[in-house]
Amino acid sequence: MNGSPDAPRPLDITASAGVVQARQLARALAQECRFSLVEQTKLITAASELARNTLIHGGGGTMTARLVEERGRRGVRLVFSDDGPGITDVELALTDGWTSGGGMGLGLSGSRRLVDDFVLDTTPGRGTAVTVTKWAR
Amino acid sequence: MVREGPSGLLKKDVLVAGAGVSDRLVELLSVQGEDLGANWADKVTGRLGGRVSRAEVKQELQEIYTALVAALGSGSLDGHGDAYGEVRALLTELSRNRARQGFTPTETAVSVFALKEVLEPALSGDGGDLAAYLKFAALLDTLGLFTIEVYAATREELVAAQAEQLLELSTPVVKLWDGVIGVPLVGTLDSARTMVVMEKMLQALIDTGSEHAIIDITGVPAVDTEVAQHLLKTVVAARLMGAECTISGIRPQIAQTVVALGINFGDIATKATLADALRHALRRSGVTLSAAPQASAR
Amino acid sequence: MSERVPVLQIGQVLLVSIQIDLDDQSVLALQDDLAAKVVESGAHGVVIDITALDIVDSFVGRMLATVASLSRLLDAQTVVVGMRPAVAITLVELGLSLGGVRTALTLEKGLQVLERAHVSSLGASGPAGAIPDTAAGR
Repeated sequence: MNGSPDAPRPLDITASAGVVQARQLARALAQECRFSLVEQTKLITAASELARNTLIHGGGGTMTARLVEERGRRGVRLVFSDDGPGITDVELALTDGWTSGGGMGLGLSGSRRLVDDFVLDTTPGRGTAVTVTKWAR
Repeated sequence: MVREGPSGLLKKDVLVAGAGVSDRLVELLSVQGEDLGANWADKVTGRLGGRVSRAEVKQELQEIYTALVAALGSGSLDGHGDAYGEVRALLTELSRNRARQGFTPTETAVSVFALKEVLEPALSGDGGDLAAYLKFAALLDTLGLFTIEVYAATREELVAAQAEQLLELSTPVVKLWDGVIGVPLVGTLDSARTMVVMEKMLQALIDTGSEHAIIDITGVPAVDTEVAQHLLKTVVAARLMGAECTISGIRPQIAQTVVALGINFGDIATKATLADALRHALRRSGVTLSAAPQASAR
Repeated sequence: MSERVPVLQIGQVLLVSIQIDLDDQSVLALQDDLAAKVVESGAHGVVIDITALDIVDSFVGRMLATVASLSRLLDAQTVVVGMRPAVAITLVELGLSLGGVRTALTLEKGLQVLERAHVSSLGASGPAGAIPDTAAGR
């Protein structure tokens, strides 16, 4: 997890304005990283979905966003973390159409398809951290 | 970085020689600077077969010569070191130009290696000169290899750029009728190419205001699951934008693969030929086709 | 700090053009406004212009689908116009196909779709309006 000199910029997601800010931050980094329009759109959409998850299911949390560089590739890494109830059945949560919050059940499974790397780290009762990375092509 | 030395020399001699060697080299290079430069330019021009003018070569080498003498003047013989930054910058420019103009790696590196031959006659023949020359040769080897590295990197960039151009070339989007665009795909489809086609076609729908697109895969030898998925996604994306897609030219082998792979084309319109697909698209957009009266008179 | 998106009425059609990045409350407010306005105006069509949106996530996608279903119940057709290619590609990847939502490339084509749907619903004697996406020719 090394590689970027940029100091991570944590963002509070405690209200729906935080979801909007998460999108804006993701957009700014995607542009800085010279993503194509489609890659940019995918990253922002994933940020929006995951930020809303953090807000609704995690009871609020933070997003930390930064540029990363690994093996000659440049990309954007977003970490969403909360101290919420966590996810008991990870398999199930990553299934299309499964929802616990009255949404469309595409938040986790859908955003996983929009990024290149997706790591879900959750402990029931302790919280959830989702780390996603998208590389510039 | 003065490590190596002929076995006959004691270690302390080598250390002392560090500064002495570069001084002697500066002297050798400077004393007959003019002759040496001309000689060097002649040798290099000869090896390039006249494809670069002598004046141009001389100009390039003059700059390198000046930078090299300055670097030697600092007492360093390490081609990778800071002292040689300017020399490397000039060599980078030279190597990139040679690579772009289609010269071989040898023709590129010769600009550096020729200096060895040029300097040889100037040596006095005593042991000190020999030691200096050997060190200088090692330095030139480093710099020569550096030009080859830059050369290779430049060629790789060229190849990558060409691959991208080929991708652009191989995915034309054509207007078939008012409101109908066609994407004739020829050759092997991989994910990257299918994605480029997808984006290009969707953009063309907007640019031309077309509500129908026909993806013709007559020229595609095989379709795998991933490519089929990309095609399906393209069709769904077009629908989301308010346009219809038809896939035409599905050859029997491909139809078999699609069925065998269990790929479901769902309610997507597929037609055997481009003509059928066009007729379908026109009918959907409300254009009526009828045989012209004079056609029956034939 | 919810933003209110204006709902315009042109004849029998309601027009909404989303110009800014809306937060979730504003999206829900728009949904409510539209439902109320359809009833109040008796409009037969709703056009939602998303040309300016650079992303549509599942929340906005759900709003679009809900408005389409709601308006159908209230005897009006909804057409979403101006979706950008990158947005469409992303929605497909996300797994959102917006089933039941009619779409058109441009505002003008969207209005034509509504016009045709309206004419055919007046002309048909049967239960009109329940035609699926197949935009039955003319």
